[in-house]
Amino acid sequence: MLVPGAAAGAALVLEEPLSLWGGLDPVTGEVIDRRHPQVGETVRDRIVVMPFGRGSSSASSVLLEAVRLRSGPAALLLAEVDGILALGAVVARELYDRAPPVAVVPAEDYGRLETGAVVTLSPRGTVTIETGES
Amino acid sequence: MSVELSDRDRARHGGEEGPAAAMSMRILVAMAEVYGAERLLDVSSAHIDGCLYHGDSGLDFAERLVAGGGRVAVPTTLNVGALDLLHPENFRGSPQRAERARRLMSAYEAMGCQPSWTCAPYQAGHRPGLGEQVAWAESNAIVFANSVLGARTNRYGDFIDICAALTGRAPACGLHLDENRRGERVYRLSGLSPRLLASAVLAPVLGYHVGADCGREVPVIVGLPAATDEDFLKALGAAASSSGSVALFHAVGVTPEAPTLEAALHGEAPTAELELTADDLRATADRLSTVPDGEIAAVALGSPHFSLAEFERLVPLVERHAPAARVEFVVCTHRLVLAAIEARGWAELLREAGVRLVVDTCVVVTPILRTVRGALMTSSGKFAHYTQSNTGLEVVYGSLEECVRSAAAGRVWRDPELWGSG
Repeated sequence: MLVPGAAAGAALVLEEPLSLWGGLDPVTGEVIDRRHPQVGETVRDRIVVMPFGRGSSSASSVLLEAVRLRSGPAALLLAEVDGILALGAVVARELYDRAPPVAVVPAEDYGRLETGAVVTLSPRGTVTIETGES
Repeated sequence: MSVELSDRDRARHGGEEGPAAAMSMRILVAMAEVYGAERLLDVSSAHIDGCLYHGDSGLDFAERLVAGGGRVAVPTTLNVGALDLLHPENFRGSPQRAERARRLMSAYEAMGCQPSWTCAPYQAGHRPGLGEQVAWAESNAIVFANSVLGARTNRYGDFIDICAALTGRAPACGLHLDENRRGERVYRLSGLSPRLLASAVLAPVLGYHVGADCGREVPVIVGLPAATDEDFLKALGAAASSSGSVALFHAVGVTPEAPTLEAALHGEAPTAELELTADDLRATADRLSTVPDGEIAAVALGSPHFSLAEFERLVPLVERHAPAARVEFVVCTHRLVLAAIEARGWAELLREAGVRLVVDTCVVVTPILRTVRGALMTSSGKFAHYTQSNTGLEVVYGSLEECVRSAAAGRVWRDPELWGSG
């Protein structure tokens, strides 16, 4: 786990890497990059699944600001280590004593994560997926 | 903790050098763990992106460091802020936001950072040498430092940049280490005309294409002329780090770690070899625009900040094709270049032609544009990428000459020969 913690919520799978700077509105938590397939979705309180971040290093600021405004994700589940996203969460923990946990998920679990599934992240980093009605 | 710390690291971590140094060490150690670094290493300079106001959280952070006695331990330059401090009337946001932005910029100056206010510190006298370990933020500056200068930095961002500057330390991992600088994915330019290869319009398009395609692999570009200039490489890297997460590229025969393809690949086989034709690149150029050619309301140049050499190309174009009064024309640069073009009389010439010169900041990071609807034309891949989401304007990408002649006409002018294959 990159930034430890526990979380639960509905998953939002971002099919492509998102640049938070210019791609996420920290006030509303909405994806605003019109070139991104999940534009219009909100990350607020969701378990956000993405391969890794992209673009500007200001992404950590946008994440921190979203945490300050309580519009941030419940957790970030990544396919690969992303320091810029982890950093936003590390600083949030320093400044505000709350932070979305950030974890790298093994490939076999990552592939099973689907938008809308209820996902639980344990403090040890175990991901449990409840598919809902199936 | 699993990260091996020096005695001084431990002293700082324990608070012996004040609360700011202690918080910096806690963050550096947490990030070293994130990256799986075994230790920290010394860095000789830093470039800070955290001075751009995104909201009160950044101000909370910087002011906590100032209150905790934070002083930089190594020479440190500052990236753009949200205000043009020389022309504060340019700011279109609320007075309250301007006040917060100014407070943030002051906080970083108070920690001993140089008020350089540029995203192109490498063209403002901050040029670490080949192999030098540094901690830089700002995606275009990172890719330039690694690729063009051969200095070594990871993709530092807001917060960790100042932590490294306050301690002179950074996690020993990633692009700081030889083995992670190996080129992996090879792109061969194929059938491009000599004119296109020598044209600045190619750089952002090539960078945008490669950045979107290479994932996390280090790209190697084969086929650029040996005489490829620094502004071309700057534009290539800026676009590659907008469309993707590129922090290092090699251009064979051009960049310092790639005298040959074999050297760029560290003697190993590439993961893939791809051919890029003029048609591929023209398709990418089309993707940089969000609307078809038509009327334009604004032109913005200078992301990364316009260099003296770029002004040298712009000035004669503006002399021949003055912008129409209804088209807003803005060029973003830094104070050293502004002083140089003032001295040459170019600044006055441009202003008289209706061109607004902006320093310390740029049009996609802060509300400066007067234009509120319509299309903005740019020769910058980074502006093309961020204009729509950050300003609400549509965007049209074109060469420098296309931008200037379009501004004169009030609608997009195209150079019909530009993308022809040779």
